[in-house]
Amino acid sequence: MGNTDTQGELWEVFIQSKPGQSFKHAGAIHAFDREMAIENARDTYTRRGEGSGLWVVRSKDIVSVTPNEEGYFFDPSNDKVYRHPTFYEMPEGVKHM
Amino acid sequence: MLNRIVKAKYKTMETSLISQEELLLEFENKINAEQKIEPLDWMPDEYRNHLIRQMSQHAHSEVIGMQPEGNWITRAPSLRSKKILLAKIQDEGGHGLYLYSAAETLGVSRDQYIQWLHEGKAKYASVFNYPALTWADMGAIGWLVDGAAITNQVSLQRTSYGPYSRAMVRICKEESFHQRQGYEIMWKMMEGTKDQQEMAQDALNRWWWPALMMFGPHDSDSPRTSNAMKWKIKRETNDHLRQKFINKTIPQAELIGLKIPDSNVVKLSDENYQTSDINWDEFWKVVNGNGPCNEQRLAHHIKYHNEGAWVRESASISNPK
Repeated sequence: MGNTDTQGELWEVFIQSKPGQSFKHAGAIHAFDREMAIENARDTYTRRGEGSGLWVVRSKDIVSVTPNEEGYFFDPSNDKVYRHPTFYEMPEGVKHM
Repeated sequence: MLNRIVKAKYKTMETSLISQEELLLEFENKINAEQKIEPLDWMPDEYRNHLIRQMSQHAHSEVIGMQPEGNWITRAPSLRSKKILLAKIQDEGGHGLYLYSAAETLGVSRDQYIQWLHEGKAKYASVFNYPALTWADMGAIGWLVDGAAITNQVSLQRTSYGPYSRAMVRICKEESFHQRQGYEIMWKMMEGTKDQQEMAQDALNRWWWPALMMFGPHDSDSPRTSNAMKWKIKRETNDHLRQKFINKTIPQAELIGLKIPDSNVVKLSDENYQTSDINWDEFWKVVNGNGPCNEQRLAHHIKYHNEGAWVRESASISNPK
């Protein structure tokens, strides 16, 4: 399927709703180049002032891990409970910690 | 759609270790726990195929739905109404794009989806096979057709497939403008001359039943409903959603002096109405391709898709990958 694709490449769209906030995935668009991609993303996902910032990236350039692989992939860090502040014992009465 | 590089590596490991039954159990546990299914998660073929059919039909409906309204852009009665209509139709195109990109995460290309539409293998909402004959139809379509669509889409925000659910949230935010602009047109006409009132009533008469048909066959005649409900693709049944829409819409009609074209409407309680049954012969006739505009709608789409081929070609040539 899709061998006759004439619709351009697939790009993922990320929107920053306000300055200072993280960019959030919004969806995807098709485009033939970077300029067309950012313009199509604007026309498709920000018709109502949804964003102050916009990223587009070719879908094929995204490397991902899904919840299914969680077990294998995140194992190396899951056993390091001392990374969390709640791991540590604190003396009674300590402030601003 | 996210790529599959990492997936491929772990997928091999996973499928060799876990049986189909275990995968199905894990999948159904996730659904029962109200967790969303994401594109690269394991899913039964039947679930994927149901989504491919339903989401592409939904996407095609948004795009084909631009045609009856596009018919009135050049004849909108004021600059205000023309600008609104243009913005609404642009939204419908946008909704089609949200849905196509969500549907593409199922592993089918957009070209393929469009080809299935052109071959008649994929359907779109039958309601768009009715013609938009007067300006009042712009009111009736926004109020009733978008109103019915919203009722369905609000429910689908909770669908179990993540990309579909997210597209629905985005679409629902935008749709309420569509319904309000339609209702405003109807209201203004009902406040107008006798001719305008008759035109509005005529539009309601013609769009009421097709709008009720948008929810699909009775649950008892809807063979695919059961799995779709079990796997939470659909969250509410056709009949339930239709009744919700009827209960909302009848008071809206009465408020502006319109009469529902059904002599058997009975108010059962405060917000619950009984209506006549739908003419299912007409429903199936239109679904099966014999409505007033089926041929015209598809021919129009095919024509402009083909005539746009040179644009896509030159874009790809001038911007090699």
